[in-house]
Amino acid sequence: MPSLIDIRRRIRSVKNTQQITKAMKMVSAAKLRRAQDRVIAARPYAAMLERMLANVARTAGGAEETLPPLLKRRPEKKILLMVVTADRGLAGAFNANVIKLAQRFIEEHAAGEVTLELMGRRGRDYFKRNYSNIAGEHTTLFLRTVEHQAALGIARTVIDGFCAERYDAVYVVANYFRSVVASDLVARRILPIDLPQAGAESEYIFEQPAGQLLDALLPRYVELQVYRTMLESSAAEHAARMTAMDAASTNAADMIDKLTLNMNRVRQASITREIIEIVSGAAALE
Amino acid sequence: MAATFQLEVATPERLVLRQPVSEAQIPAANGYLGVLPEHSPLLGELGIGELSYTTDGTTKAMSVAGGFVEVLPGHVRVLADRAENADEIDVERAEKALARAEGRLYQTAVPVDFARALNAMRRAQARLAAARRSAE
Repeated sequence: MPSLIDIRRRIRSVKNTQQITKAMKMVSAAKLRRAQDRVIAARPYAAMLERMLANVARTAGGAEETLPPLLKRRPEKKILLMVVTADRGLAGAFNANVIKLAQRFIEEHAAGEVTLELMGRRGRDYFKRNYSNIAGEHTTLFLRTVEHQAALGIARTVIDGFCAERYDAVYVVANYFRSVVASDLVARRILPIDLPQAGAESEYIFEQPAGQLLDALLPRYVELQVYRTMLESSAAEHAARMTAMDAASTNAADMIDKLTLNMNRVRQASITREIIEIVSGAAALE
Repeated sequence: MAATFQLEVATPERLVLRQPVSEAQIPAANGYLGVLPEHSPLLGELGIGELSYTTDGTTKAMSVAGGFVEVLPGHVRVLADRAENADEIDVERAEKALARAEGRLYQTAVPVDFARALNAMRRAQARLAAARRSAE
């Protein structure tokens, strides 16, 4: 049976941990709010670009041979998989789930050749040890607010790789923020591009030929996808960490309750024992 | 009240402007595009330059660089790679950038990426023009 002092010490240590997890939860909540704001701020541009792209593609739509390279489908033999994790841990199963899905993806596409582009330190650390075919790694994207410039750089190398036929398709594995308690972990294809569905019809005067506009729009669409994935993943990361830290705080509270109960029992037992000793001592004297 | 249309300027990072205006001058890739209400639908590439718009008789400016313009009945959308309101422009930084770009263009000692330097110069000029107009 642990002594009273041991239990007290244990309670104090759990309380300290609880304070830390509570603070981390609060920090994550603030960061989540900021990340969410940025997701929302990026929406108008995304909506406009999608609509524009759909309209232009319909007008420019032509034969298979004249399709811009970014829309061209090839048999998917060489695949680039972008794995988006966080830079930091302590976010529940956030990173582990991404890695698991990425691995399943690699197994499913074992017939071809899968190259990895690693975004986020956690995924980098794991795949550096366990996988050899790595094209690039980016490790400080999510430490502060997500930079659009960083997304541009990554998107351009990916586009170049696709156009040079180093890859036949590009997929992304990432968490997409849905709500504080849920995010969608999916593998989706970003190249070749699936055109967004056209909305309302509108007839334009084209300043440039539609084909030329399409060629300019498509890379921007890819850049946007990469940027958005980063924003979404960042929001999902903070949400996951917040949930994890909330659970940790609750667990710590439960543990403190149990330990306190235990401590009181031990104290009661020792008092009882002392009384028995005194009583039986007195009885022996009579 | 004069006729107006909705002008929206967005960059990948944020919505920079959304308000009704009565007139806009937009730097398209092939030269400035003046837009008044009832303009026919148009789609084109955006160049680098100063975008100015008029609301209630006052004209404001911003600098934009790269992207697309879409004119639709009732509203105009500008999708810019970069856009800054005049009051957000760091004049000192733009001046330095201009000097640096010009320096790069006018020297012949080291080979430079000419197009890149030229774009940098035009971006800086656009920022300065927009800042100057709003200072007037």
